[in-house]
Amino acid sequence: MSSGRTEPVAPGARGSRASRYGLRSVALVYLALILVLPVGMVFFRTFENGLQPVLQALSDPETLHALYLTVLIAAIAVPLNTVFGVFCALLMVRRTFPGKAFLSGLIDVPFAVSPVVVGLSLILVYGRTGWLGGWLAENGIRVIFALPSMVLATIFVSLPFVVREVVPVLQEIGVEQDQAAHTLGATPWQTFWRITLPAIRGGVTYGVILTTARALGEFGAVSIVSGKIAGQTSTLTVHVEERFQQFDLVGAYTSSLVLAVIALVIVLAMTVLKPKEAGS
Amino acid sequence: MARPAPSQVLRRRKVRRSTWLGVGLVTLYLSVIVLIPLAAVAWHAAELGPAAIWRVVSSPDTRAALQLSLFSSLAVAAINAVVGTIIAWVLVRDTFPGKTIVNALIDLPFALPTIVAGLTLLALYGPKGALGVNLAYTRAAVMLALLFVTLPFVVRSVQPVLMELEKDVEEAASSLGAHGPTVFRRVVLPSLLPAIVSGAGLSFARAIGEFGSVVLISGNIPFKTQIAPVRIFALIESGDSAGAAALAVVLLLISFSVLLLLAFVQRWGRKGDE
Repeated sequence: MSSGRTEPVAPGARGSRASRYGLRSVALVYLALILVLPVGMVFFRTFENGLQPVLQALSDPETLHALYLTVLIAAIAVPLNTVFGVFCALLMVRRTFPGKAFLSGLIDVPFAVSPVVVGLSLILVYGRTGWLGGWLAENGIRVIFALPSMVLATIFVSLPFVVREVVPVLQEIGVEQDQAAHTLGATPWQTFWRITLPAIRGGVTYGVILTTARALGEFGAVSIVSGKIAGQTSTLTVHVEERFQQFDLVGAYTSSLVLAVIALVIVLAMTVLKPKEAGS
Repeated sequence: MARPAPSQVLRRRKVRRSTWLGVGLVTLYLSVIVLIPLAAVAWHAAELGPAAIWRVVSSPDTRAALQLSLFSSLAVAAINAVVGTIIAWVLVRDTFPGKTIVNALIDLPFALPTIVAGLTLLALYGPKGALGVNLAYTRAAVMLALLFVTLPFVVRSVQPVLMELEKDVEEAASSLGAHGPTVFRRVVLPSLLPAIVSGAGLSFARAIGEFGSVVLISGNIPFKTQIAPVRIFALIESGDSAGAAALAVVLLLISFSVLLLLAFVQRWGRKGDE
């Protein structure tokens, strides 16, 4: 829309106006075809037959239970990974110990593991023929095809986010303020709550958002260990697939819409809270 | 309190007891959640022995799945390297109305559950899709799903580098008579290359393990659209957990070596800065 404006143009840049519009079109058309139109299509498809079937699918007890389970799992996994993430980041930035680089590499491992392999690995430990399978069966503890394995799978896939977001923030703020607090007689615990945590709040929040997004949206790992028992171990993502396989497209689209709206809210939050170096 | 000089600290530093306690706790958490389960996969595969692993991996349908995964992930990494760089360029150097929204939308594939991503693509490119093309149950559909979920990697790794890149260098080059493409090839591209490679590598690692977005749209037809993670899923469902473990180990080895390679690329990129 800048065609009417005259702007200062670098000597060699005059001929590049055409290429600029060309690149802009390539980028926008690609994004439209692969991202915007498909996601928009789900909104359209969900409400294709009006509001009534959507409301019906939303109030379906299985959908509601799936939503409840998804939120419950996230409510367990996200706090655990947050505490672990902050603790681990503090350890890696503020303390010296041998094998630190190795530990840092280990933290990233979940990013490199396929969700299917995560599910498989939990079955091989907690499943009927797994390492702990016999012992668990004797004691009547159900892990696979039950909540514990779904929580474990979710913690696995969303583990690195908080650490990765908090480490650079901790490196940037340094230790002067903490040392000052220490000199003034604050206990380590007081220093953490009053000085360190407020200083890294941005990084922690951003990490928590990413962890939550991953925890709410995990499908592969959870679906393998859940056994997909409708109304019992179906999370919202598993419910989407199950409804789709049952040819209940309205049900599948409605649950997808709920997840898509959550994703859009998360993207909005990410944009507002994005760490500064990416925005300037 | 008199503090010893930094060099002395480094040499004499004893690891504090509380640090060991912390390292212990972190290792315990990582072990329970990540390491022990992965060790179980490696263990079950190792029990089979190399010959049996090879038999599983080279069985025709598994080999076909692995090949499809490798080729499509490579293609996805290559497409992302080109298109992702173009998108990053447009987002940094171009101005147009709605740019902020476009920039925010790039993160959507990270936030959108993969199964929903698959369903959205099926809604547009499946039977009765609005564009009149039906790609469902084809290899093109597999590519499409992988391109969707890996979209942010190259864009987000190139963007910050492009922002920091001094425009004066390019302007100097053009005022010395270099044309647009030459400036890009000789001045811009070398500085962006580490970021492009690392973004492409991350998309490859993500694509080779991807499951949720592909499972609905590909139809999972053996020898045609079945990718390696879906093959693992099929092996688990049929009760062949040893075979699944064997293929899983191959997948793990591929993605670990890619990430290891990336760590070296990043170090090389950082050296370029100094």
